[in-house]
Amino acid sequence: MGPIDDDNCVLRLDDVTKVYSGIVAVRHANLALRRGAVNVLVGENGAGKSTLMRIIAGVEKPSLGRILLDGKEVEFHSPADAQRHGIGMVFQELNLFGNLSVAENIFATREITRGLRGIDHRAQIAKATEFLDRLDAGIDAETLVEDLPIGQQQLVEIAKAISLDTRILILDEPTSALSAAEVDVLFKVIRELKAQGVAIVYISHRLEELMRIGDYITVLRDGQITGHAMVKDIDTKWIVRSMIGSDAKDFAKSVEHRLGAEIFRAEEICLPRRTGGLAVDHVSISVRAGEVLGIYGLMGAGRSEFFECAIGQHRHSSGRIYVDGTEIDASDTSGRIRAGLALIPEDRQREGLVQALSIASNLTLASLDRFVRFGFHIVGEKEQSAITAAIRDLSIKAPNPDFEVTSMSGGNQQKVVIGKALMTRPKVLLMDEPSRGIDVGAKADVFRTMRRLAGEGLAILFSTSDLEEVMALSDRIAVMSNGRLVTVIDRAEATEEMIVTASAEGHKTTREHA
Amino acid sequence: MTTATTTTNAPEAASGSLLLTLMKLRTFIALFAVIAFFSIFAPNFLSTANLILMAKHVALNAFLAMGMTFVIITGGIDLSVGSIVGLCGMVTGGLILHGIDLQFGYTIYFNVVEVCLITLAVGIVIGAINGLLITKLNVAPFIATLGTLYVARGFALLSSDGQTFPNLVGKPELSTTGFAFLGSGRLLGLPVSIWILIVVALAAAYVAKYTPIGRHIFAVGGNERAARMSGIRVGRVKMFVYMFSGFCAAIVGLVVSSELMASHPATGNSFELNAIAAAVLGGTSMSGGRGTIGGTIIGAFVIGILSDGLVMMGISSFWQMVIKGIVIIVAVVVDQAQRRLQQQVTLMQLAKKG
Repeated sequence: MGPIDDDNCVLRLDDVTKVYSGIVAVRHANLALRRGAVNVLVGENGAGKSTLMRIIAGVEKPSLGRILLDGKEVEFHSPADAQRHGIGMVFQELNLFGNLSVAENIFATREITRGLRGIDHRAQIAKATEFLDRLDAGIDAETLVEDLPIGQQQLVEIAKAISLDTRILILDEPTSALSAAEVDVLFKVIRELKAQGVAIVYISHRLEELMRIGDYITVLRDGQITGHAMVKDIDTKWIVRSMIGSDAKDFAKSVEHRLGAEIFRAEEICLPRRTGGLAVDHVSISVRAGEVLGIYGLMGAGRSEFFECAIGQHRHSSGRIYVDGTEIDASDTSGRIRAGLALIPEDRQREGLVQALSIASNLTLASLDRFVRFGFHIVGEKEQSAITAAIRDLSIKAPNPDFEVTSMSGGNQQKVVIGKALMTRPKVLLMDEPSRGIDVGAKADVFRTMRRLAGEGLAILFSTSDLEEVMALSDRIAVMSNGRLVTVIDRAEATEEMIVTASAEGHKTTREHA
Repeated sequence: MTTATTTTNAPEAASGSLLLTLMKLRTFIALFAVIAFFSIFAPNFLSTANLILMAKHVALNAFLAMGMTFVIITGGIDLSVGSIVGLCGMVTGGLILHGIDLQFGYTIYFNVVEVCLITLAVGIVIGAINGLLITKLNVAPFIATLGTLYVARGFALLSSDGQTFPNLVGKPELSTTGFAFLGSGRLLGLPVSIWILIVVALAAAYVAKYTPIGRHIFAVGGNERAARMSGIRVGRVKMFVYMFSGFCAAIVGLVVSSELMASHPATGNSFELNAIAAAVLGGTSMSGGRGTIGGTIIGAFVIGILSDGLVMMGISSFWQMVIKGIVIIVAVVVDQAQRRLQQQVTLMQLAKKG
C-alpha cells in the first residue's frame, strides 16, 4: 500500500473491523477515499465490500477502529448522520417511491414547505430540475418515478444524493441493471462530479468497467484488503489474482465416476425483459447424467432467469426443454417437476421455504403425491419415514421435524430446500447459488451432497458467482453474460482468467452495437 | 458461571412455556369462561333446551366461519358469504314455491332433495366466480368478494322484488314437502343442522390435516411464491377454498330458510363479519398460513354463547356490540403476543443448544 497523500484524502478508515454474530465481515481494513477521484472497490460476493460501505454510510457501526473525516475522528449514528457530513449512498436496490414524482422523491423527508400552506411543489420542482440539469439527465421532475426506465431512476437517486451537498458518493453496483447507453450517461455524470471534487466510491464486479472509470482500486478478499493500487498501473490479471488469492476453501473431492447419456437439454431458451431486450438470450445447453455443470456469471447475467424458465416459472418464455431425450410439453412448474426437473431457488426465504410450516411439511411439500392413498389420504407413516430418511441423508440438524422451519440456521434451512427438491425424485437438479448465505460447514455439506448425487447419476446444473467454487465443483463450466451463454469449457482446460473475461463478454459486444 | 446461567434460565423458560401453553389454549379458556359466567348469571342457561337452541344459532356462524378459515389461511378474504346465504335462501324458496317457469306454459318443479342440491350448486358457482376473479383476473380478494357481495344481494332482492317467499311447506303432488326437516328435524335428540355441522367440520378438519390439498392451502398462505416454486397449482388451491366457502354459505342459506320456513332476501346481512370474527378468535392469522378448523368452531361458540347469554341476561343489544368488539380485539392482541413469545422461546431453545 502506498503512502496516503493526506491533502487529497477526504475520508479514512483506520484499522476498521466489523463483527456480526460470530462472523468477521471486515478485519483491520485501512481505506482512504480521495476527493476528485473514482475510488474503486472490488471483491467476490461476501468479501466485505458492502459492509465497508455500510460503515461509511452510517448504516452500520464498526466494531473496532476509527473513521476519520478530513482528518478528524467522526462517529455516525445513522445514515442521516452520515448524510449531514456529506456522505451519500446509492444502493444496488434503489430506494425510491415509485408512486411519487421525481421531485417528491428528491425532497422526501425534507420537503420545502410554506408553513401551514403545505408543500411548495413549485419550488421543489424548480430545485429538482436544477439538480437534474446538473446531471444532464433530461428527466422531467414531475414524472412519476415508476414511469422511468431503471437507468433514469438511478440518475434520480444520484440527483437525490447531490441535492444533499454530497462530498462522498457511494455507488453500489450502479450498472448491474443498466443498458450500455445508460452506462455511458452514468459515466459522464461520474466524470462531471469528479471534476467538481466529489469523492466517488464505485463498487462493481465488471472489471472492464472498473478499468475504464476508476482512478484508485482496492481489492477485498474474505474481509481483508488484499490489494491497493492506481488503476493505470495494473491490469485485470492483477485484480483477479488479488481477488482470489491462493488459499483454497474446503471443497468436497470429486468422486471419479463415468458420465452417462445426455439427460437434460435446453434449446433456444429466450425470456424477454420487461424493460426491453432479452434477460435470457437464446441459451442452449446440454448436460449428461452424473455431470455437474457450473454456470458462472455476474449479477444480472440471466442465470436465475434461465433456471426459472427451465422450471416453468415464466409463461412468456420460449424454447424447448428435453429430459431423457423427450421434449417436455408441460409449461407449468408442477408438470416440469413431474417430468424430472427440480429447482433449488436462490432466495431461500422468499422462494424456497414456507416459514409458517414445520420442517417436516416443508420437506414433503413438493412431493405429497408420493405418500397418498386413494388419491387424497396422506399416509402418515410413509411421509414420516421419508422425512427421517431425508434428515439423515442430508445431515440436517433438526432436533424435532415438527418445529417451524425458521427455528434452524441458514445452512440447515438450505438443506431442507434441497431435501424438498430431492423428494420429487428428479433426474435433473437445478441449483441457483446453492452456497449463498450459509456458513462454511453447511457449505461443505452441500458440496458433498452435490458430489454424491452426481455419483448417483443425477445431472446437476448450479450457478454461482464464486470463481473458486465453479472451478472446484464443476465437470464443465458455462459462462453467462448479459443473458447470453458465452462459452462452455471443460474444467481441465478452464482458467480463472478465461472465465472472468468471458463473463464480461456480453456487455462488450452490446456496447459495440450501441 | 454455567450453573448460574442455567439456574436463572430454567425457571424463565418454564414460565415462558407455561404462559405460552395458556395463550395457545386461550380460545378454550375463553369458551369455559363465558360458559361459567353465564351459568352463574343467566337463568336457565344450562337447560338442555337452551343449549340446543344456542347450538343451532352457533351452527349457522360456524358453517360460514369454516369456509372463511380456509380462505383466510390462503391469505384471502371472502366478504360475499352473507349475500350468498341470502341468494341461496331465495333460490330454495323460489324453487319450492314457484319452480322454474319455462315461459311457454310449462313450469318445472323439483323435489326437495333436488332443490337442496341446486342450491348448493349455486353457492359453489358463486364461490367459483370469486375464485376465477381472483386467480384469472388478478382482482384482490377483498374487492372481488365485495363485488359479488353486492351482485348476489342484488339478485336476491330482484328474485322476489324485495318480498319474502313465505310458507315453504310445498305441495305433496309436486313432492316439494318435507323441507322443514333440515331446520327443525332431529336425529337421536340432536337437531339435523348440528349433525350436518359435525359432518362438515370433521370433513374440513380431515382435509386440513390429512390431504395434499389441505397442506397446499397452508403453503399458499404461508408463502405463495415458494408454493408456486414447489409445483403447487396455486390457482386450483384458491379456487377450492372459495368454492368451499360458497358451499358452506349455501348450507346456511338452506338451514335458515328451513328453520323459518320462509326466504327473505335480506337474510345473511353482515354474517360475513361474524364469520371472520369467529375465525380470528379461533387463532386464524389474517396474514395467512395459520389456523385450524377446531379453533374456528370454538371461536364461533364463544361469539354465539356470548351474544345469546347477554340477551338472556337482558343486556342491551348496544352493549352487546361493544363487548363483542372488545373480545375480538383482545383475541388478536393475545394472538400477536403469543407469536412474539413463541419466537422468544424458540430462540432461547436455539441459544441453549448452540
